[in-house]
Amino acid sequence: MTPTTSSTTSSASSTSAARPEPPGPTGPARGPAAGGASPTSPAPPHTGSRGTRVLGGAALASLALLVLYGLVVSPADAEMADSVRLMYVHVPAATFMYAGCVIATVASAFWLRRRTPGWDALAGAGAEIGLVFAAITLGTGSLWGRPTWGTYWTWDARLTSTALLAAMLLGYLALRRLDVDPGARSSRAAVLGLLLLPNAIVVNRSVEWWRSLHQQSTLVRLDPTIEGDMLVALMLGFLAIGLVFCWLLVHRFRLGWLEHQSERLDLDAALAARRAEAVPPAEGT
Amino acid sequence: MIAVTHVGYIAAGWAGTAAVLGAYAVWVLRRGRALSRRVPPEERRWS
Amino acid sequence: MWRDAVLVAGRDLRVERRSRVATNQVAPFSLLVLVLFAFALDPDRQLLERVASGLFWAAVLFSALLAIARSAAIDEADGVRDALRLSGLEPGGVFVGKAAAVAVVLLALEVLLGVGVVVLYGVDPAGAGLLALTCVAATLALAATGTLYGALVSGLRVRETLLPLLLLPTLAPVLVGATRAFEAALAGVPADGWPWVGLLSAFAVAYLIAGALAYGSLLEGS
Repeated sequence: MTPTTSSTTSSASSTSAARPEPPGPTGPARGPAAGGASPTSPAPPHTGSRGTRVLGGAALASLALLVLYGLVVSPADAEMADSVRLMYVHVPAATFMYAGCVIATVASAFWLRRRTPGWDALAGAGAEIGLVFAAITLGTGSLWGRPTWGTYWTWDARLTSTALLAAMLLGYLALRRLDVDPGARSSRAAVLGLLLLPNAIVVNRSVEWWRSLHQQSTLVRLDPTIEGDMLVALMLGFLAIGLVFCWLLVHRFRLGWLEHQSERLDLDAALAARRAEAVPPAEGT
Repeated sequence: MIAVTHVGYIAAGWAGTAAVLGAYAVWVLRRGRALSRRVPPEERRWS
Repeated sequence: MWRDAVLVAGRDLRVERRSRVATNQVAPFSLLVLVLFAFALDPDRQLLERVASGLFWAAVLFSALLAIARSAAIDEADGVRDALRLSGLEPGGVFVGKAAAVAVVLLALEVLLGVGVVVLYGVDPAGAGLLALTCVAATLALAATGTLYGALVSGLRVRETLLPLLLLPTLAPVLVGATRAFEAALAGVPADGWPWVGLLSAFAVAYLIAGALAYGSLLEGS
């Protein structure tokens, strides 16, 4: 079956389009009886929906605006010259990296309370997208550091703690990927996910403290009083990167949901196969 | 626009970001399509 | 809960006394790490003495990884996890007991490593009170975090490789804090070291509480 999505009922799609995230963790987890879409409305053979298409269009449009403002319209900074243009990507990416961690931790807490697979999928989605944004943050950060500080890497507090956070996210995702009993994996991942944000904060604070004791002079920071077109560019960066983040989160959440379902189907199929192996000889003889 | 400084770093940063985001988005979409084919439609509650 | 903790700690230490993994394998390993640091760096006494605190805690961290893996392995064989779950012992008590046993082993290792650092690197120990309290706080932090993470990965095929990946970034604040406190003590300015001891203590308490609360859900989930 390959239905086009325009044939789907609009009532079911509009609820998920207006608020793509909140119905996610609870909606699918309620069980087969609940859910807006009736079995007769054919689901699309992908993770997209009308809501995500609107979201994706908005993300692409704001990305185009960001390119226009960030690379063309906005002026060069007095101190950092044109390398400030990297900040329009770097700062929003770092912010949404933390947003991904917050989502992972909160969803883990909810999983521990409710034990529904939707929260597990949401935690995984938040952590994975957080790791993607951590990679972007580190990449643009060191590319910015080379012309500004004269080196790709320095033991700056934020740089170091971001690297450690990326390592923690890698570990969390490695634990999630393991091929063990899904229930055990979910509860272990939830405990680790719950610790993710507190760990990130403690690491961040202690590294900040360590560096501030070690060296008095702080390195060049982003000028906090940016204004005019540069402020517009930075705000556009937040908007565009935020929309991309939401779009990725919805898709990754649905993918996680599909992974959960297909794992369950595999288990059912394996059980049916074992049962089929066991029964016929008993009746045949 | 004539005297853009550090143009290599800026280009690398923006292009790298676009590449990472694009590659990840394509991976998610492709894997979503592959798994959607396996999971029956009544388990996919979006449209 | 405390009675259960004492029981479990006694069991782990008894297993250790009989198997002698810590004394025969982990302790020589940690001394070897100290020697290897001297090979890697210029065995010029000035340099080694200057970075001795960092090397000491790095060696403790590596040895702790082994001790923690060993402590988690005790519960993997012969369905001990199921037995623990069914025994009626309180999970929080089991966690505290296991962490206490790891802490005892680690404290013994730290004494050994301390002697090693004094002898091999030529460090003049100073500020004994600060050194001792740093050791206690950092060891509790290491043991609590390690026991919780050891339970997270226990029974998995990839546990040997996954445990360091999970633990090392998390323990970075402990390494930083303990090293700074030691440096302050050895430099004769203990006032700089006490805030770090406070950080280590807060870390240890937070992880002891988190572990005691979460351990039950990990035992059930296996």
